[in-house]
Amino acid sequence: MNTMKKAMIGLVVALFFAGSPVKKGYEVGDSATDFKLKNVDGRIVSLAGYKDAKGFIIVFDCNTCPYSRAYDERIVALSKKYAPQNFPLIAINANDPESSSGDSFDNMVKDARRKGYDFPYLVDETQEVAKAYGATNTPHVFVLIKNGSNLTVAYIGTIDDNARNPSDVTKKYVENAVDALLAGKPVTTTKTRAVGCGIKWKSA
Amino acid sequence: MIGNRILVLVFSFCTQVSLAQKAELVSLAQLQTLMASADQPVQIINFWATWCAPCVKELPLLEKLNRERNDVRVTLVSMDMDLDTNPEKVYKFISRKNIQSRVVILNERDPNSWISTIDTSWSGALPATLIVNSTTGKRRFWERELHEGDLERLMEEVK
Repeated sequence: MNTMKKAMIGLVVALFFAGSPVKKGYEVGDSATDFKLKNVDGRIVSLAGYKDAKGFIIVFDCNTCPYSRAYDERIVALSKKYAPQNFPLIAINANDPESSSGDSFDNMVKDARRKGYDFPYLVDETQEVAKAYGATNTPHVFVLIKNGSNLTVAYIGTIDDNARNPSDVTKKYVENAVDALLAGKPVTTTKTRAVGCGIKWKSA
Repeated sequence: MIGNRILVLVFSFCTQVSLAQKAELVSLAQLQTLMASADQPVQIINFWATWCAPCVKELPLLEKLNRERNDVRVTLVSMDMDLDTNPEKVYKFISRKNIQSRVVILNERDPNSWISTIDTSWSGALPATLIVNSTTGKRRFWERELHEGDLERLMEEVK
């Protein structure tokens, strides 16, 4: 093969990859990868560390978003309800502290205390976990079910259908999903959307 | 002479302030009618909220376009009522910032039921901007903060 042909093929391959869409995180049914992220107590947390867990409620959260704040108490309540049933909740903050100083690690430590987070509140410094999962806004929930060492995404979306007022909620999406999984039943609503604060991505 | 100048200045300041829009509360159906309107060749529909820092930061770019381009209609859709039923905060914001673009406040429940009707790709995160060319029928949805030059490039893409 002459150099010209090689160069042409190289160009075509480069164009093909340049034009192919970037994979935008998980869909329901995909297997989820584990991570190793630093907790507000300084320790490194990974899902593999939870030997007895039946699944996980992963919440992409932050200190600064009014939607996250509106859901603080509901996030604590979810952990209180499901952690004892071996379905622990783990919160992750992926916001870039460069563009959102209130989301710095030091502020996360303070905020976890203020919010009464008695579960891991992890920092996703490189934003790689948020990107792998396809988290877009806060709070954004991913419910995972464990089969052996496999983690499968069973629900993606919002906690419930009313951010404004917990007493006006008519659909508890996350609770319904976890209850179904604990009962060995299929999840009815597997994907929802909600208005929220976009994750503050690092500038490329 | 100087007194006259001050008078003129004060007068123009007052008219500017009084020109600030009073936002209308709209239903999803009303918003969709606005989004489909072709009163200008290019429609820019921006989803924002007073609490959203990147939304507030990008507003001057939208205001500039609204001011400078006669063929562009900018509509700012406030999502504030999703968190707070009192629209007063939005009214105050509009008058403080002297917003000249059309502002509407979306008054709807259960966002999961309608977010994808705005655009199938929208996660619901703010800010987000829809650019529609009513002549070509092309549209682009932009789910991130706008920076200098983004709007011009997006308008080029829907030509």
